[in-house]
Amino acid sequence: MSALSAQGLTARYPGQPVSRPALLDVDLDLERGERLLLLGPNGAGKSTFIRVFAGLMHAARGKALVAGHPARAAREMVGVVSHATFLYDELTAAENLRFYGQLYGVPDVAERGAALLERVGLTHAAEVQVGRLSRGQQQRVAIARALLHDPPVLLLDEPDTGLDAGAFGPLEELTTSGERTVVLTTHNLSNGLRLGTRAAVLSRGRLVHQQPGLSSVDGVPLGHLLEELARA
Amino acid sequence: MSRFVGQLQTLIWKELLVEARGRETVLAGAVFALLVLVVFNFAFDLRVENVAAVAPGVLWVTVTFAGVLSLGRSFSRERDRRTLDGLLLAPIDRSALYLAKVVASVASMLLVEVIALPAFIGLFNLTVDLPLLVAALVLGTLGLAGVGTLFAAIAAHTRARDVMLPLLLFPIQVPVILATVKSTGAAIRVPGLDPPELGQWLGLLIAFDALFLGLSVVLFDYAIEEE
Repeated sequence: MSALSAQGLTARYPGQPVSRPALLDVDLDLERGERLLLLGPNGAGKSTFIRVFAGLMHAARGKALVAGHPARAAREMVGVVSHATFLYDELTAAENLRFYGQLYGVPDVAERGAALLERVGLTHAAEVQVGRLSRGQQQRVAIARALLHDPPVLLLDEPDTGLDAGAFGPLEELTTSGERTVVLTTHNLSNGLRLGTRAAVLSRGRLVHQQPGLSSVDGVPLGHLLEELARA
Repeated sequence: MSRFVGQLQTLIWKELLVEARGRETVLAGAVFALLVLVVFNFAFDLRVENVAAVAPGVLWVTVTFAGVLSLGRSFSRERDRRTLDGLLLAPIDRSALYLAKVVASVASMLLVEVIALPAFIGLFNLTVDLPLLVAALVLGTLGLAGVGTLFAAIAAHTRARDVMLPLLLFPIQVPVILATVKSTGAAIRVPGLDPPELGQWLGLLIAFDALFLGLSVVLFDYAIEEE
């Protein structure tokens, strides 16, 4: 069974014409431990793909499955890091993690939150209200929030927003540890190549290119990928 | 069931803490309520014989408009900051989210009423049956917050959300407001006049609250889903 599977997946936003959906007939399977770098220009459907698998959006047609379950029924198996942090400015970093951890039913949530804050290098900011943290620090708390319940599937929609080069390291380490299945969208191709093990290119809602392997030193597949991106 | 209660407690804790630290809705609501009461006090030349007829309406116009401010903020704030997505990502029962919002709205509206009520009694020089007045206020506030939370969730998806909320809410709210105004009127004592009959109004108010809250719990799941 695939860790993540799109089968004829079509999705559209309210008011969007039927002829121009945000995603159209996308077929894609990810095995456990695979990390997909999802590329494409603005409006290609990358964020929509993430939203459908996060359970935030209905599929108009087709299926979005997480470990064989419909995405909307598999929320506890999925963690999401987006360019929006989903954090409350008025709560401290530790309080935000405790809040979300309790919603996910995480045992020993205070210890788990503290451990994750240490991993992202923010132990010193645990009792600081999130609204007073820098954008990059907020994004690091958001990464800790997404990993609280140790999800087997991680959806990263431009997770490097606001992160400096040094802060990308903990994100890479946390997402590549274990057998986590990851979908990543980013405008930073260099960061994407560091995290991804395979790649796909979306254009106008269609999956126009899939690449089984991905390596920054493997010139030929990377060349194909860049050609497809240029065409998209 | 225990997971539902735990999630509900967590959501209520978050709502109250965010409001306590932000102090956005209670402060704005209290200032607005006091201003409206002062304006009405200057606008109406109340005599003893018409005070019982006019004062309940004044109080509920004030409470309803101040309440709409608070209700509108409860979801628009979550949506603007994208924290609503964070909540919807979590495997929580949507009715827990709804009930937490209702509890938080009732709490902030009651706080505004605690500030506005002495001003209302003082400005209009009223004698009141306090237990009955408090019962009418609590039940009316619960009815307003119950339906208002549902419509605030719907309105939050629209561009003109500040306009949409009262347009959606007020027509549905008429039975609750009517029963509340009548119950409030029965709590006002005018020297030399018999108080108006309370009749079935308090019972009707309880029935409306139960009906609207029950329906809203069921419908909230559809109201909150965006796409």
